[in-house]
Amino acid sequence: MTTLEPGDTLTLECPKITRTVLALYAGASGDHNPVHIDTDACQAVGIDDVFAHGMLSMAYLGRLLTDWVPQERIKSCEVRFSAITPVNSTPICTGTVAGVENGLARLDLTVTLPDGTVTLRGAAVVTANLPTT
Amino acid sequence: MPIDPAIVGSRSPEFSTVAERGRLRFFTAATGQNDPIYSDMEAAGSAGHRDLPVPPTFLFCLEMDHPDRGSFLTDLGIDQRTILHAGQKFEFHDQAYAGDTLTFSTEVKDVYAKKSGALEFIVRATHVTRDTTPIATLTSTIVVRDPKAGQ
Repeated sequence: MTTLEPGDTLTLECPKITRTVLALYAGASGDHNPVHIDTDACQAVGIDDVFAHGMLSMAYLGRLLTDWVPQERIKSCEVRFSAITPVNSTPICTGTVAGVENGLARLDLTVTLPDGTVTLRGAAVVTANLPTT
Repeated sequence: MPIDPAIVGSRSPEFSTVAERGRLRFFTAATGQNDPIYSDMEAAGSAGHRDLPVPPTFLFCLEMDHPDRGSFLTDLGIDQRTILHAGQKFEFHDQAYAGDTLTFSTEVKDVYAKKSGALEFIVRATHVTRDTTPIATLTSTIVVRDPKAGQ
């Protein structure tokens, strides 16, 4: 069983976010906002090209967490969206254990683009390990 | 146009929906979730789950299925093209599974402005329940950009 200690870090390299990835996420998530899937609609309102759903990046952060610990150990997860994710970029998710207290680990979360831009910043609380009952 | 702070405490009509297995598999594929417990019944069962678990952020997608979700903004006179998703929080109380009927109840928690009203923020909390069991609380912050304010 995974125990979490301060300083532990895990990263997840997302796939390249192609137009196909955005189309599939739009269908699966139910978010059909054309700014994510329709270049013509973007250009009609002065946006050069489509960009990724913020919640797609948060879903990758969810994967980072479930790759780390079983989902039932995740107590909370929150993010602020700070920059858009352009189509065809390859974000990297990083989680670091900031501290452990009362059996709960606080994780700092970021999603960054290869040029260093932080697109999401957040935190999660997970149980540090299962109770020994 | 300033958002009336009187909307704090107001609630949207509840709605219920089912987390369908096929939709969960589609979401799992679309987000590259390759842990088989999220798509394969046998793997889920071996891990102690009674059905496919609903992945952490998928509840947000079910919330978006609200048949009347656009009316909250249009009733406030807000153009959907002027809003951005500024923040999102999930607090998990119990695991949801494929086949569960989940009920979503949304309340406005806060309204505030920044930059002399050029940016207005609306915070809403959605309580997700299965029968009477709390499943999760989703807190969503959207920012409304008013191009005419703060100039």
